[in-house]
Amino acid sequence: MKRIALAVSLLLLALAPLLIDNSYYLNIATQVLISAIFAQGLNLLVGYAGLVSLGHAGLFGVGAYTAAFLLASGSGQVAAAALAIGVTLATSAVFAFLALRATGIGFFMITVALGQIAWGIAYRWISLTGGDNGISIAARPAPFGISLAGATPFFYATLIVFLAVQGAVAVFTRSPLGVSLRGTRDQPRRMTALGFNVWLIRFIAFVLSGLVSGIAGLLSLYQTKFVSPHVLSLGASAEALLMVISGGTATLLGPVVGAAIVVAMKYIVSAYVERWNLVLGAIFVAIVLFMPEGLVPGSVRLWRKLRSAGTKREAVS
Amino acid sequence: MNLWVLLAINSIAMGGLLFLLSAGFSLIFGLMKIPNLTHGAFFMLGAYLGISFIRLGAPFWLAAILAALTMAAIGGIIERLLLRRLANQHQAQVLVTLGLSFMIADLCLMFWGGDPLAIQAPEALRVTVPMLGVRFPLYRLAAVLVAVLAFAILWLMIDRTRLGAMIRAGVDDPAMARVVGIRVSRLFTIIFCLGAGLAGFGGVMGGPILSVYPGLDTDMLPLALIVVILGGSGSLVGALVGSFIVGFLYNFGQAMFPEIAYVILFLPMLIVLVVRPQGLFGKAAAS
Repeated sequence: MKRIALAVSLLLLALAPLLIDNSYYLNIATQVLISAIFAQGLNLLVGYAGLVSLGHAGLFGVGAYTAAFLLASGSGQVAAAALAIGVTLATSAVFAFLALRATGIGFFMITVALGQIAWGIAYRWISLTGGDNGISIAARPAPFGISLAGATPFFYATLIVFLAVQGAVAVFTRSPLGVSLRGTRDQPRRMTALGFNVWLIRFIAFVLSGLVSGIAGLLSLYQTKFVSPHVLSLGASAEALLMVISGGTATLLGPVVGAAIVVAMKYIVSAYVERWNLVLGAIFVAIVLFMPEGLVPGSVRLWRKLRSAGTKREAVS
Repeated sequence: MNLWVLLAINSIAMGGLLFLLSAGFSLIFGLMKIPNLTHGAFFMLGAYLGISFIRLGAPFWLAAILAALTMAAIGGIIERLLLRRLANQHQAQVLVTLGLSFMIADLCLMFWGGDPLAIQAPEALRVTVPMLGVRFPLYRLAAVLVAVLAFAILWLMIDRTRLGAMIRAGVDDPAMARVVGIRVSRLFTIIFCLGAGLAGFGGVMGGPILSVYPGLDTDMLPLALIVVILGGSGSLVGALVGSFIVGFLYNFGQAMFPEIAYVILFLPMLIVLVVRPQGLFGKAAAS
C-alpha cells in the first residue's frame, strides 16, 4: 500500500511538467519543492532533535546571499555554489555552537536572535548586500552543459535535488547516528549516562539541518535569480516552522505536505485578500488548538477515529 | 563633544523605553517560562491605541494609562484563553504567541494604515533644557524617570510585598505553593497582565521618540530578546542594566557604524552567551 502510494506520487512528480502545461503553475510547483527541502532541513532539528529553531531563514539566506554576491562580482557558477555551501556550513556551525549553549526555550530564543543578526546584515550592510534592493544574478547555472533557463528543466533539476535530500534524510534518520539523535530528544539524561556525547550529536544535527537549508536557499536564488533581505525575515523562519509543524514533525513526508499546503495557501490567499499574515497567524493558533501533532498525524488520527466509529456501528447493527 | 553628550542622553532615554518593554518580557520568560513573542506586538498595539485615545481627546498621560489598561486586559484574555492550556509546551507556546503577533501586526496595519504616525509629547515636556552644553528635550528625561519609577515599583512589589512573596514561591515550586493555598494560576495571569500593560505603556511613551509604524513590533522584539539574554531572564536588575547597555549600543552604533550597527548590537549578547550563558544577573543555569 505504502509502496504503491510512493510510486504513484513519484510518477506524478516526474510527469508534473506534462500535466501542468503552464509555466506559472510549474514555477509554483518548483517553489513547493524548494520549500519542502527547506522544511525538511528544519525538520531534522525540530522533529528529530526536538530543538525548535526560528533562525533558519538566516541559514537559508546565507546560502543564497553568498552565491549571489560571488556571481554578481563575476565568479564562476561552480565556485559560487561550492563557496555558498561552505559558508553555510561554517555559519551553521557558529549558530549551533552559540545556540547549543542552552536547551529548550533558551535555545529557541538564541536562534531568534541569530536569525535577526543575519537579517540585519542583509538589510543594513548596504555596501556588501545591496540592502533592501537585494542582489540580482545574470543566469541560472548550466550543469553538464544543460541549460536550466526554462521552467521545465529547472523543475527537473530541483526535483533531483529534492529526491536526493529526501533520500539522504531517510538514510540519516535510520542510521545509528539518527537513532541516537532521537534518543537525545526523548531521553537526554539517559543518553548521557549511556556514554553518548549529547552535545556533539545535536551539533551535527544542527549543521546538517543548516546545510539542507542552505541548499534550499541556493535553489531559491537560482529560481528567482534574485535575493533580498525578505528571505531572511522572522516571517520566513516562521513560515518554514509552520510547514514543519503543520505537516507533522519527525516524519519524512510531513514537511513535504506542509510545504505544499503553506505555499498553495499563500498563493490562493494572496490572490483574494491582502491579509496573508493575518491568515498565517490564525493558522498557527488553530493548529495548536485543534491538531497539535500536525496535519498528517492529526488527519490519520481523525480518520482512524471515524473508521473505528464506523466499524463499531456496523458491529452494533 | 556636544554630539557625544547628546548621544549619551539619547541612549539613556532609549534604555528607559527598553526597560518598560523588556521588564514584562523578562518576568514572563523567567517566571512563567513562556517565550512571549507577542511582546513586540503588545508594544506596537499599545502605541496605536494611545494614538486613538489621544485622537478621542484624552491628554497624553491618560492615553498612556488607558492604553496600558487595555493591553493588560488583552494580555489577560490571551493568557486565560490560550496560554493557560499550553503550560510547559514550549513549541505550542512559540507557535501561538508568534501567530498572535502576526495577527496583531496585520490588524494594526488594517486599522491604522501603513504610514508612520507620530505621538505628540505632552505640552509641558516639549521644551528643551540646557544641559551639559546642549539643549536637551525634556521629554526624554521624563521617559527615563518613568522607567526608573517603574523599576522601583516592580522591585518593591516582588521583593517586599506579600504578592511578591507568593509570586516567588509559585515560581520556585509551583506544586508546593499550591499545597499551601497559593493560587498559582491567578498569579501567572497577574504577571502576564502586568507585562502586557507595561509594554503597552512603553509603546505610548516611545511614540514621541520612535514614532509608530508597521514593523515597530519586529524592530522591538529582538531588542527585548537581547536585553533578556544579556541581563538574565526573570531578573529585574538584569533587565534594567541590559536595557541601558542596549540603549547605548543602539544609539552609538547607529551614529558611528551605521552599516553594521545591528551586528554591534548583538555582539555583547554573543559574548555573554559564550562566557556566562545564564546572563549577567541570571541565576545558575536551569535547563
